[in-house]
Amino acid sequence: MVQPTIRIEQLTRSFKMGDEIVKALKGIDLRIEQGEFVTIMGTSGSGKSTLLNILGCLDQPSSGDYFLDGVSVKDLDKNELATIRNTKIGFIFQSYNLLARTSAIENVELPLLYNPAISAEERRQRAVDALKKVGLETRMGHMPSQLSGGQQQRVAIARSLVNQPVILLADEATGNLDTRTSYEVMNLFQELNEHGITIGFVTHEEDIARFSKRTVVLRDGNIIKDNIVSDRLWAKAELNKLPGPID
Amino acid sequence: MNYSNLIKIAWKAIMLNKTRAMLTMLGIIIGVASVIAMLAIGEGSKESIKKNISSMGANMITVRPGAGMMGGVRQGMTDMQSLKMKDYQAIKQQAVLLKDISPLVNGSGQAIAGANNWPTSIYGAATAYLDIREWGVEDGSMFTEDDINAYAKVAVIGKTVQENLFPNEKEVIGKMIRFKNIPFKVIGVLKEKGENTFGQDQDDIIIAPYTAVQKRILAQDYLQSIVASAISEDQAGAAVVEVTSILEKSHQLREDQDNDFNVSSQQELIKTFSATSEMLTVLLVAIAGISLIVGGIGIMNIMYVSVKERTREIGLRMAIGAKGKHILLQFLIESILISLTGGVLGVVFGLSITFVIAQIAGWPVSITINSIVISFVVCTVTGVFFGWYPARKAAQSDPITALRYE
Repeated sequence: MVQPTIRIEQLTRSFKMGDEIVKALKGIDLRIEQGEFVTIMGTSGSGKSTLLNILGCLDQPSSGDYFLDGVSVKDLDKNELATIRNTKIGFIFQSYNLLARTSAIENVELPLLYNPAISAEERRQRAVDALKKVGLETRMGHMPSQLSGGQQQRVAIARSLVNQPVILLADEATGNLDTRTSYEVMNLFQELNEHGITIGFVTHEEDIARFSKRTVVLRDGNIIKDNIVSDRLWAKAELNKLPGPID
Repeated sequence: MNYSNLIKIAWKAIMLNKTRAMLTMLGIIIGVASVIAMLAIGEGSKESIKKNISSMGANMITVRPGAGMMGGVRQGMTDMQSLKMKDYQAIKQQAVLLKDISPLVNGSGQAIAGANNWPTSIYGAATAYLDIREWGVEDGSMFTEDDINAYAKVAVIGKTVQENLFPNEKEVIGKMIRFKNIPFKVIGVLKEKGENTFGQDQDDIIIAPYTAVQKRILAQDYLQSIVASAISEDQAGAAVVEVTSILEKSHQLREDQDNDFNVSSQQELIKTFSATSEMLTVLLVAIAGISLIVGGIGIMNIMYVSVKERTREIGLRMAIGAKGKHILLQFLIESILISLTGGVLGVVFGLSITFVIAQIAGWPVSITINSIVISFVVCTVTGVFFGWYPARKAAQSDPITALRYE
């Protein structure tokens, strides 16, 4: 039997705010299988960011179990979490978070710098491959300031791919992009997903959610909806419907 | 992750902020350069004192009358007559830590040769005197034991005396000079020795058998001093103790009585004269050290700003797998690199200053490897010490908060 990529059971997370205890997640069960493309939706305060932080091993659950690729995460210490993030997770952020004045290729190489098992040559090779996957092989030496928003996000996606993670976790990855560029980026995600890459995608935009295969909706710390997307859209087709770029 | 990657990351961060890094380094550069220059000047003056005193004979031990009272009146050293030939004999027979020993009597007066005359000093000594002073004759020879026994009126003269008494003559051996109307035959000319620490011309001297000087010129039965050489420089201190105890016995001093003589080695003289220069050096280096500390605080300040500025970067690095120690090391290495680079530049700058000072002011300088090594150690320590706190702060950031930092 194939391990689910993510298995969460009765997961809670509460924060102490002064004297009050705020329950951000109130007992969540969730399984994400290999090859899925799941959108996690919810309004602000619904707990989706908390869930994403736990999924991304940046935070630990207060109770419940979390298995990532078969590894129980809740017992790991800070350093072990860092190693898990380094080897099993690819992060994509709303604001790209590329290092300024650092070339695209060096940005992509960054996660591998923290993995002692990978040599300098392999690091470079993998970074080149990742940049090819996102279609930026001609921009490897460019600085982030020389790239458009969409290109920067594609560099960030290449960075998230370079360590061959079991899951890509994107946090409002299209939030800073215009519609056309958003669709381009979503097209890239769909292509990557078609190649078998598991994707967890946090957004609050309904139309973006329709590019995924499954939507999980959170409200007040509970999952209130978990549907297969029946009317799935293909970003490539949607791009063609958009009016052409104004030159 | 290996260290070369971390060093690369840190170096890159510095290069991205060249001006800022340079200004931060400036504090360290000035600090190190001034420490190096001050130490070089201090060491230089100490060494030149040492060299000067050693030129009088490095192992030399001097016994002088003095530190005594005569009926409650403290006597000047030269007025004291407490050193006698029997003291010389006692030391000569009993001391085992001495190589050579010579009594010394001296007087000054006008030396005359032909139509020339010259005010100088005559020293009555034993044959060993030249060995004690690490001196030698350039021309002719030193007088012998027989000359001493015979109260012979022979003399070796210093260069200055030769030049003044025999300005136009090349060959002076065998010539006669008169000192206080006593004729002496010149049998040797001393090698040139130059000035001593006190600016005294050491070549302005006539040396003759002590018997002859004591009886024929000075007509005294006491000695002005006794000079000796220890068997080695290391044994000089022990030899001083030995000679002191011999003289205490020979003078039959009671325990509660002050010694009526004074034994000192060149080492002590060096120590005394170096003390001032040492104190000054310590003072100067301390001031220079303070500028190093100020430089260090500059590093700390900049590292704080840098950590704050790069909060998101820290968050990102942590999110993609950097551990706390990686972040700590990254910033620590950055501050060490700044202070070490500053240190290297500081050493170069300090050496240049030293060189310029030596050239322009003509001061004696001495650059020791020690001062350079110390500077480097201090720089590294400064980098670690002042970089640690900001780096630790960075390493302890929470990646979630750091990523959200605006």
